[in-house]
Amino acid sequence: MPEDRSRREFLISVLQFPCSAALVAVCGPLATAAAATEDEASSERYFGMGIQVDKCIGCGRCVRACKTENDLPEAPFYFRTWIERYAIHADGRVDVDSPEGGINGFLPRESEGEVVRSFFVPKLCNQCDNPPCVQVCPVGATFKTDDGVILVDSDYCIGCRYCIQACPYGARFLDPRTKTADKCTFCYHRITQGLLPACVEVCPTGARVFGELKADASPLRRLMRMSRLQVLKPSLNTEPKVFYTELDGEVR
Amino acid sequence: MKLWGIADQVVRLAILLAIVGGVTVALRARFVPPSFGETGHYRAEAVTIAAELPVRYAGSEICAECHDDQEELRRRSYHRGLSCEVCHGAAAAHAEDFEAQQPLVPRARGEACLACHEYLPSRPTGFPQIIERLHNPLEPCVGCHDPHDPTPPEVPSSCAACHAQIERTKAVSHHLALTCETCHEAAPEHRIEPRSHLPNKPTAREACGRCHAEGADSGAEIPRVDLDTHGPRYLCWQCHYPHHPEA
Repeated sequence: MPEDRSRREFLISVLQFPCSAALVAVCGPLATAAAATEDEASSERYFGMGIQVDKCIGCGRCVRACKTENDLPEAPFYFRTWIERYAIHADGRVDVDSPEGGINGFLPRESEGEVVRSFFVPKLCNQCDNPPCVQVCPVGATFKTDDGVILVDSDYCIGCRYCIQACPYGARFLDPRTKTADKCTFCYHRITQGLLPACVEVCPTGARVFGELKADASPLRRLMRMSRLQVLKPSLNTEPKVFYTELDGEVR
Repeated sequence: MKLWGIADQVVRLAILLAIVGGVTVALRARFVPPSFGETGHYRAEAVTIAAELPVRYAGSEICAECHDDQEELRRRSYHRGLSCEVCHGAAAAHAEDFEAQQPLVPRARGEACLACHEYLPSRPTGFPQIIERLHNPLEPCVGCHDPHDPTPPEVPSSCAACHAQIERTKAVSHHLALTCETCHEAAPEHRIEPRSHLPNKPTAREACGRCHAEGADSGAEIPRVDLDTHGPRYLCWQCHYPHHPEA
């Protein structure tokens, strides 16, 4: 009597459906509620940086501190953070220089023509909320942590350099010792202990402000509330978490 | 060959599939790192590794625990915003065990101070700067300034000590012969407490008119304008920069 059996099975499954639907209806919201509280706890710790361009004096202490703290190669072209000097000429020409990343400070410019404005711009990884470097990594060696910081897993990186090409800010380089990609981590080992990133710690004029983006009150929130903010290359939709104030339109 | 009455070709296919499946599982177990995928498309372990790297800059709170006298001095000086390690270098090892590492003590001229205080036109206006060649040559900075309380030992005698950028701009302009007091009145206290006693700035067009108005009592070579018709909607300095007026 195969027809009978299949009818019985059919009836059983018809009865089971409302039961399982009810179970899902009860447990589903509980599970999402648990996930939500977990999210709220971690969302306070969502890091960003503010850079006040009009306070940077181009002393290069941040560049040196970064090299020391993160044990970077000595050679003057491996930088996680560096300083650029912009010079805007009367005829609209823009000169940008960054001798050795600014690690030894700057000498007066060799002047060619009249300079209307000149200023320093510290640069580093923008810790994009929508990071192109993470999208292109073929093995999952670069990723965004729960606190919003983009890290590189140097034990897992295969050194293919895709991420270096993908970064629109030129913030990545290939570490010549490990042949893996490297970049600013916001000094992840420091910020997870409640210390400031090394560059922020040593900035003598307070041009760099570090803090939590989603906290009700943090030094960064205060800066963001009180200033007009800009990010680098906003048209690329990378949503950087490094914010600049008093940024000149010529800066790219 | 028939196994439990199942067709031969089905058995062969099942064996093949079992082998492929087994090899896949074995390869995955061999090549995918243990913590991969726990929190996302990456090794969860890598976050812990990144968080456990050694710290080299101790932060200034810990310095104050032993060096409270310097800290007390610094906290009330112009260097109050500076962390100790700006000048003394990374000192986490010293903070851990004070005999393990001697932090830098820059005493020679130009060893540390000039990185911030040597004049550069790109630095923000108002930041205290000197021209090293002209500022007490060969004297070490610490001979006159205590780095923990760097207020100059005497009040500056010229405006250029702080407003070097404006002074140098003015020096190459047609206004080079004018003193700052021609346009600005600064109380003597401005030299001691600059922010509490701000000098005043001209507020009306007549300030420039004293020399540049048509009937003004000034040298014949000075360019004249009719204050009534020359850009009457603007104040002079909205179009001309008084420290470097165009020819």
